[in-house]
Order: sequence, then C-alpha cells, then structure tokens
Amino acid sequence: MLMEVKALSTEFKLKRGTVRAVDDISFTIDEGEILAIVGESGSGKSVTALSIMGLLQNPGRIAGGEILFKSQDLNKLSQKELQKIRGNRISMIFQEPMTSLNPVWRIKDQIMESIMTHMKVSQKEALARTIEMLDTVGIPSPAERANDYPHQMSGGMRQRVMTAMALSCGPDLLIADEPTTALDVTIQAQILELLYRMREKFGMAVLLITHDLGVVSEAADRVIVMYCGKIVEEADVKSLFARPLHPYTVGLLQSIPQIDDESDEPLYMIKGMVPNPLRMPRGCPFSDRCDRCLERCSQEMPKLQDVDGHKVRCFLYDVVSEGGHAQNE
Amino acid sequence: MGKKYSSNSDGNLIQAAEYVEKPESQLKEMWETLRQNKAAVVGLFIICFLVLIALSVWVSGLLGKQILPYDPNHSDMTKSFIWPNAEHWFGTDQLGRDLFSRILDGTKISLFVGVAAVSISLSTGVLLGSIAGYRGGRTDAIIMRVMDMMLAIPSILLAIAFMAALGKGIDKAVIAIGLVSIPEYARIVRASILSVKENDYVQAAKVIGSSDSRIIMKHILPNIISLIVVRATLGISTAVLDTAALGFLGLGVQPPFAEWGDMLGRARGFIFNAPYTLIFPGIAITMTVLAFNLLGDGLRDALDPKSRIK
Amino acid sequence: MLNYILKRILMLIPVLIGVSIIVFLIMRVFSPDPAPIVLGQHATQLATEAWRQANGLNDPVYLQYFNFITGALTGDLGTSYYTKMPVSKEIFARFPATIELALVAIVLASFFGILIGVISAVKKNSIFDNIGMLIALIGVSMPIFWLGILLIILFSGTLHWLPSNGRIDPMLQPVAVTGFYMIDSLIAGDMDAFTDTLQHLVLPATALAMYSMAIITRMTRSSMLDTLQQDYIRTARAKGISEGRVIRKHALRNGLIPIVTVIGLLLGSLLGGAVLTETVFSWPGIGAYTVTCILKSDFPVVQGVVLLIATIFVMVNLIVDVIYAFLDPRIKYSKVKG
Repeated sequence: MLMEVKALSTEFKLKRGTVRAVDDISFTIDEGEILAIVGESGSGKSVTALSIMGLLQNPGRIAGGEILFKSQDLNKLSQKELQKIRGNRISMIFQEPMTSLNPVWRIKDQIMESIMTHMKVSQKEALARTIEMLDTVGIPSPAERANDYPHQMSGGMRQRVMTAMALSCGPDLLIADEPTTALDVTIQAQILELLYRMREKFGMAVLLITHDLGVVSEAADRVIVMYCGKIVEEADVKSLFARPLHPYTVGLLQSIPQIDDESDEPLYMIKGMVPNPLRMPRGCPFSDRCDRCLERCSQEMPKLQDVDGHKVRCFLYDVVSEGGHAQNE
Repeated sequence: MGKKYSSNSDGNLIQAAEYVEKPESQLKEMWETLRQNKAAVVGLFIICFLVLIALSVWVSGLLGKQILPYDPNHSDMTKSFIWPNAEHWFGTDQLGRDLFSRILDGTKISLFVGVAAVSISLSTGVLLGSIAGYRGGRTDAIIMRVMDMMLAIPSILLAIAFMAALGKGIDKAVIAIGLVSIPEYARIVRASILSVKENDYVQAAKVIGSSDSRIIMKHILPNIISLIVVRATLGISTAVLDTAALGFLGLGVQPPFAEWGDMLGRARGFIFNAPYTLIFPGIAITMTVLAFNLLGDGLRDALDPKSRIK
Repeated sequence: MLNYILKRILMLIPVLIGVSIIVFLIMRVFSPDPAPIVLGQHATQLATEAWRQANGLNDPVYLQYFNFITGALTGDLGTSYYTKMPVSKEIFARFPATIELALVAIVLASFFGILIGVISAVKKNSIFDNIGMLIALIGVSMPIFWLGILLIILFSGTLHWLPSNGRIDPMLQPVAVTGFYMIDSLIAGDMDAFTDTLQHLVLPATALAMYSMAIITRMTRSSMLDTLQQDYIRTARAKGISEGRVIRKHALRNGLIPIVTVIGLLLGSLLGGAVLTETVFSWPGIGAYTVTCILKSDFPVVQGVVLLIATIFVMVNLIVDVIYAFLDPRIKYSKVKG
C-alpha cells in the first residue's frame, strides 16, 4: 500500500460559517494503481488533492485525519519536510495548462527547477534530463522547444510539459486534477493515453481527479464517487460501470449520452442542485435530489458499508432495516 | 494581468457558499458592501462632518451671523503669533487672525473648489470620452491625441500655466484644476464605452433606430456610472490637493479669503518662529483628502466582484 | 524590436508638436500682454512698442509659432525676456539640480514602495500590512509641500540634523562637470562636498518621493496579491520549492511587470511635484524657476521648459514600454511577429 488516507476532513472558514469541503473520507492507493475520484465541482475532490499535497490556501485547513504516505503522516510534517516530498515523491498536474505554467520562464527552466530542487545533479545533467522527459511525453524536437515560453505552445503541448515536469523526479504518486477538462476532445484522449503510457513506463500510482465518467472508464483501475465532501460509493471500475449502486452514481451514469441509444427519450438529468455547503441537509446530502429517497434519508446520515464488493453510503442497501439489496433489483 | 480567476475548485466552493441570497439591486448591494468597509464609513463620516461645517459657515455668512469663534478675516496686529491656547485653539497668524476660525472657514472653499472642478472635468471628460468612444474613427483619434498631449504635461505645471493666462482667483482656480483632469475622465469613459458598445442590447437599440445621444444616455452611461462615481470621488481628493498647491504658490484664492494652501504659503516665512501656523492648515488638507480617498477606495472595492468574494 | 522602437519614436513627434501648440496657445493667445509686466507699468508707449517688435510679438500668431518651432528644432528656444540669456542656457543651468532630485526620489520611492508592497501582499492582513497600507494612504493624501514643511520643522528647526534649503554649502560647491553634485563631488574626490550634497538631498527627496512611494506600494501590493492567486504559483508550490523561492523567483517578476509602467507614469507627477518641493526647499532647480517665469510672463522660458519636460516624459514612457516588452516575453514576440 502506497498511501492510506484515514478520516480526512478539510474545512474552509468563511465569514458566513465554516464549510466542510472534505468530510471524513478514507481510502487507499496501491503502488502502480490508477485511482479515480469522480464528482461534480464542489464535491471536494480537488480539495482532497490539495490536502494531500499540503497546498491548501487560506482559509482552508485540514481539520482532522491522517494522510499516510509510505506509513508517514504527511499531515504531521512541517512545510519544510513536505517540500522534500512535494514535486519529488508526490507530484501534481493541474486543470488549466494555459495558466499553470509561469508565463515569463522558459519551459526548460521550469522543469530544471524541479529537477535541481530534488536531485543532486549539475545544471548540464538537469538540462539533459529535461530534454529527455520532454521527448518521453511526446514533444517533437524537444531540445528546441525547451527554449520556448509557454505562450508559444498549444494547450495540449503545455499539458505535456506539465506532465514532464511532474514526472521529472520519478514520483511514486502522480495526482492529476482534471488534466483533460480544459482541452479539446481529441487532445483529451492523447493526454489520457499519455498518462496511461507513463504509468506503464515509470510504474507510479496515479490519483486521477475528474468529473468526467468517460475519462474514468478509459483510464482508472478503481473509482471513488464523491458527493458534497463525502465518499458515496467506491468500487473497481468494471463493477461500478456494470452495476452502480448509489442512486447518485446511477444518475451520473444515466446522464452520459450514448451513441447507440436509439430511443427518443430525453437524456436523464439529476433533478435539483447541489445543496449550499453552508446549509447541508441533516441526513444524506443527496436526499433531496434522490428519486428513491426514503423517509429516514433526510433524518440521518447513512454509513459507508460493503455491498457486493462495493462500498456504498445508502440506506437502500441497509441489510438490517430494509431487508437487503434484493429491493434494488 | 487582467482579471483571471483561478479555476481551482476551492474557489468555486467559496463562491458557491457566498452565493446564498440574490441581492435586490446592484446599488443596494454596493451600499451593503460599503457599509461593511470600516475605512469607507470613516471617510464618509468625515466628509459629512466637513460638509456640515462648510454649510453652516456659509449659511451663517449669508445671514450675516457669526458662528465661528472669531471673524476669520479680522486682523489685529496686537494679537499676532499667539501660540495655541484656550482662547485661540490653533493660535493666531502673523496678522493676529484666529487660525481655528480661518481653518473652519477654509473648509467651504476647499470643498467648493473640489466639487466644482470635478464637475467641470467630469462633464467635459464624459462628453469627450463618449463621443470618442461612440463615434470611433477620426473623431476618436483627434480627441484622444489631444488628451495624450495634455497628459504629457505635468498637471500642476499645466494648471499653473492656465492660472497665469486666466489670472488669479477662486473661479479661475476651479477652471484651471477642472481643465487639467479632463483627459483622465475622457480615457476611462472611452474605454468603458468601447467595451459596452458591442453588447447586444446596445446593438438592439441601434437597430430599432434610437438616436445616438439617447443610446449613450439610456443604455451606456448607466452601465459605467459606478465607475465614474469612484473616479469622481478620488478626483475630488486630487482637486483639493491641487487647490492647496495653487494656493501655496500664491496663485489660488486671493486674500482676504481663508484658503488652506494660501495660509501655508503665507506662513512659510515663519516656519521656525511659529511652526503651528503651518501645521493645522496641513492637517485640514490631509484630513479632507484622506476622507475622499477612503470613500473612493471603499466604493471601488464595493464595485469589484473579486473583493466581494473575499 | 528595433522597428517597434522606431515606430514609437515617430509617433512621439505629433504628440510633442501638440504639446508645443497647447503651451503656445496658453501663453501667447490667452495670456495677458507681457509687455507691461516685463517692462513695468510706467514704460513709455514707445519703449513698449520697441520691445514688442524686438521680441517678435507684433508678428501674427502663426508666424510666432512657426519661428518658435523652427528655432526649437535647431536647439534655439529663444531668449529670456529678463536675463536676455538664451533659454537653453537658463534651463541647462538649473536642470541637473531637478534631475538629481527627481532621480533620487524615484529610486527611494521604487525601493521602499516595492519592498513594503511585496511584504504587505505576502503577509496580507498582518500588522505590517495594516501599517504599510496606512502609511501609503496618508502618503497619497498629504500635500507634498506640507510634508516638506513638516520635515523642515522636525529635522531642521527642532533637531538641527539636516539643512533646510539649497543643494550644498556654497563653500563646498564642486567644479561643475555633469551638474550633478553627487557625481561632481566624487570626481573632485571631495568627500565633504559629497556628504554635504547627500545631507541637502535627504529632506527634499523624501518629501518628493512620498507620494510616488505610496502609489507604488499600493499598486505593488495589489499586483502581487493578484499574482499570488495565479495557477502557476500553485504549480511552483507543487514542485516542492520553498515559499521564499516561490515569491522571489516566480511571483516577483510577474507581479512587478505592471509596476514598471506605474513608475514611468509617476515620473510625470514627480517632475510636477518638483515645482512644489523646490519652492519649499529653495532648491535651485527648474521647477521653482518655471513658476517664477510663468508669474513674470517670461514666455520663451516657459515654452522651453514645458516642451523639455513633456519630451522627457514621453521618452521615459517609451523606455518603460521597451523594458516592459523585455520583461514579458508574451509582448515581445507578439509585437515582432505582428
């Protein structure tokens, strides 16, 4: 096991109250595994990533829990100790390739900075490694493009540069926060393919954060579905797509347009809106949008429980009180 | 750098959390934000205080009554250079005039010149900027080149030159100070008009045949009015500073009127003997300018959606 | 790049011609007749007429302007009505004093403004930030000349630490080479003169710098706050480099690009402020002299000075734009290609 997150909670203290963006979540990542976290914006998936990286900015802070990376609690490390891990053992690529690179630095200087921060190498070796990495991520004529400024590259190229930068120190874990969202569809596929290929080549684990189930189905080994800061379902990718359990996951899957769908029925939409994070319902956060809401759903919070190899947070599968999942069939 | 909102989702989250109730109107929301800005409220309070002083001095002057402790223009050489005491709070000047009374009296001149000068530059600047931005083409080029030329001359130097041409006096000072800041307003208004002009509702108004002036008055100006309000508030503080500078150089309001800059200029010779004569008028200027700056900054923050999120 | 600079220089010509027209209009068309002011109220009709003739004031206005502008192009700005000296000489005798003062002021303003602005942004809402912003707010609200007066009262009148007027003790005046006493005294190897020059500079330069410093502080703070929110700063942090390095290497350069423009624009208000500062500190520069000349209707001098200041102002802004393009690769390339 590479990483184990235990009961992590992250809060934002705002003037009008405290928002618990990540609420008591636990999961593990194995070495070399691609784990996807899926959810709408505001579901806390990006905040989870930033919490792991120790990159939360005011007013955000980790309210509790442990982030065990190789049995070491990152949450207990000082910023200085974290800096040794960040960009080195754990690195991250972001959603916006257009704005995530420093506009006034040459590409090579930005990658070399990463290498020279963490590895004891000379300037020359760092440059050689930079060009090698650019080549690996598929930048044509890397030695020349290394001298470019970010604005001279396309979005897809910049995301490749970001990937090269993130992988330059050979991390054990790569966190990819919506790496394809800002890109054209054709480029999206290329970047996903790149991530996959890099995993094969370097063997690092990937935490893939996305709102796009299509991306998940192509790339991930295992999936966590988050809603309002909570894990609502967790399963391996095949089983999740074949047999989603939580009504939210079901809704998400139904709202993906299918090419071979010949019926005239309109595309399914989950009704309602994500609740205001300052006024969370008392019970299940999805209760007021759920098609199959039970009476107790709005009163108490269901627990995450094992059902058929899934973990799911829903009273529909509560064996004791509702008579098991037979009801679901 | 522009306004680039970072797209990370904690930003979204905060926005979502703040987006609780829809504001009833933009102006009301601006007022609400302004009220929470302590500095702006202090500024507004000081301004109200100054206006109150100016008005009461002015009105009582019209009625022939004296509400100031002493006649601000009455000189009595036997009483010159009395240091501040219980009778003369701020002391007396070289001619034995009570400084406290003179400073209160000077409030009306500073505020009047400030507001009047801004009215001149505001109206002219808005007019020129609207024409330039709305017409475009050659009209735009000519107007804006003239504005550039005016901006290339330091404004205080330009104002002094105008004063030399026009002659001394309060009305001349208003015109000179008003003239030199026209380009600022013209530029802002032109830039905003250029950005608003292409909006659909303006295009629609054009299509249904509204006249140009009607489009500007009804559709464009309301959209940039808040920007102009901010600029004008900050503009008053600049105008008060310029008035004081002209007065200090002996070009502004002529005696016997009490004007803060003029008081400083005339007392300069006594800097080591009677420094208090130079301290109080300066405090009055700084306080007035500060108040308008505080309010202007507060208004600008209240308008900026980015600061509202914070 | 060179093309761009040449194009910009060509664009300056109409602006400068315009400036000369504006000044000319103000001084010669709208101003009262200078003759009685220059010659005194009691001059005879004959003497007045002769004087007007000699100074070309009887020519039609367009001819007067034509003579002025052709003269200006050859470096002849006319002669002062009073001293009968060439205007260029009058200006040159006083200009180094103003430039020395303005340069020291802009250096002070930029250094402290950027320093306070950056720290305030990094330590947002800290005590340092609050005090820095308060100082900046008072700085933009205080009349320059009043600050000068306060400095004189405190440091000259009360503490007797620093001199309150002039550029240097006349006994120590160095041989003029550049006209900048800081440099001339060093050339002469006269350390007493150099220290005395510095002592004379401290108060006027501080008074003149305060307003610009306040503006630079506020702009730097807001620009840095904006920059620190950018995605690439988060990327830099994610690399595992220290926060100090993130700010020094990544945020600072991006955040300071707009400040360069601000500093260029402030030079105009600085030259304007020199008028007041020089008056307060009896500084023998061009600013105080110009005020005197305007009041005495010494037209040729006023025209020359304003034209010179406007030229400096537009040139500085051109240089600023070039530096801007140098600092921001995005601009350089788009200009060269487009």
